[in-house]
Amino acid sequence: MDISSYSAVPIFLGFGVLFVAFNYFLNSLVTRNVAEPQKYDSYECGEVPEGSAQIQYNVRYFIFALIFVLFDVEVIFIIPWAVVYKDLGMFAFVEMVLFLLILILGLVYAWRKGVLHWFTRPVEH
Amino acid sequence: MELAPVVDLVRDAVTGFLQSLGLPAFVIDMVLALISASLIAGFMAVLALAFVWVERKVSAHIQNRLGPMRVGWHGVLQTLADALKLLQKEDIRPAAADRWIWWWAPAVSFIAVFAAFIAVPFGEGLVVRDFNIGVIYIVAITTFGVISMLMAGWGSNNKYSLLGGFRSAAQVVSYEVPMILAILSVVMVAGSLSMMSIVQAQEGTMLGFIPNWFIFRHFPFGLIAFIVFMIAGTAETNRTPFDLPEAESELVAGFATEYSGMKYAMFYLAEYSAMYVMAAMGTVLFLGGWHGPFLPSWLWFAAKTVLLVCVLIWFRWTFPRLRVDQLMELSWKFLIPVAFINLLAVGLWSVL
Repeated sequence: MDISSYSAVPIFLGFGVLFVAFNYFLNSLVTRNVAEPQKYDSYECGEVPEGSAQIQYNVRYFIFALIFVLFDVEVIFIIPWAVVYKDLGMFAFVEMVLFLLILILGLVYAWRKGVLHWFTRPVEH
Repeated sequence: MELAPVVDLVRDAVTGFLQSLGLPAFVIDMVLALISASLIAGFMAVLALAFVWVERKVSAHIQNRLGPMRVGWHGVLQTLADALKLLQKEDIRPAAADRWIWWWAPAVSFIAVFAAFIAVPFGEGLVVRDFNIGVIYIVAITTFGVISMLMAGWGSNNKYSLLGGFRSAAQVVSYEVPMILAILSVVMVAGSLSMMSIVQAQEGTMLGFIPNWFIFRHFPFGLIAFIVFMIAGTAETNRTPFDLPEAESELVAGFATEYSGMKYAMFYLAEYSAMYVMAAMGTVLFLGGWHGPFLPSWLWFAAKTVLLVCVLIWFRWTFPRLRVDQLMELSWKFLIPVAFINLLAVGLWSVL
């Protein structure tokens, strides 16, 4: 298995773009656009939209993304270990127990710090 | 009847024809990939149509209703009619939307799932390309779906969409870790990341009658890994009980609020195909892929994947939706520790 088998991936990506574009095109052929100013408002339950939605958001999302990056990078280190695990035996197991313990320690730390708790404070006006 | 010989025959015929035209090898390679891409695209469309119908029928019968009955036999053509309706719908772009991000979001969500089909083994020898890192490839490329939801959320410039996009990002990201850990416990036993090799590692039986599937191996750790995988997979595909990104009772349609017509249909297509990819992964990793007695391999694979899709539908109509804090805590405080311990337990078992 050499790298050339991945040549199918860009072809699939390109075909996907064409497929989607073709569907959009079909849609534009069949539909009839009737311009009506209110139609192009953002949906807000029928009210006139208030302000933009591209605003600052809850930092919780960012913190979860940050923890995820840490864990995902560590998972990348586990993947090669898992593939060759059978050939290495006890040695690999002990090594990985140590590695995973450090990982779990990180999880416990985040847990104790309350990062994993999705709290919601009442809004102060 | 096995399909692999037929596919090989067609491939050889096409290759021979192209070689007789004097084309270089990489062009032939490209043409073959294009043919498989169009076949997969057609397959995906039919699949999504069928699964929408199955979902509506199953949910209807769970609730003691009949579901669609009018269009065709027991409403089989209902989703086709719906697709035609969506095709005629006016394509409204909100004035406040970020034009390009908004345009590309459905495309990215479709392409992410479409490209994942390259590595799905539909039967013995029935795979577009058997990558040696197939499992990680599928996990990696389906995760692009979360980018599309963030794009849709941000690009629509709508508060509901934005909330849906952020929730989706936080959710998919959180459930990625337990899913990969559950997958790794299988990879550890199979000793390979290739989808084909993992299926081949599950051939035969234990004690003469139990199939040698990973769900039954290292009992109960294989089963635990499967359960973790299914929960994480349900969350990854944004299905109920984890459908917070599109919770219709609070966020209207979440990230899809501002989409109509074919753009909305693309999201729909991607969602149901992602469900199938998830079921296919579950089948390959835990249910022995195409292995099974009597029937041809592709039929076994199809049966197992449809079964898993039906399980996902069954989840949807059984569990109520989680709250966002419960969702996060389920992943970080329950699934990830369980998956870690499970991984270590499988490792210890294989060493001893």
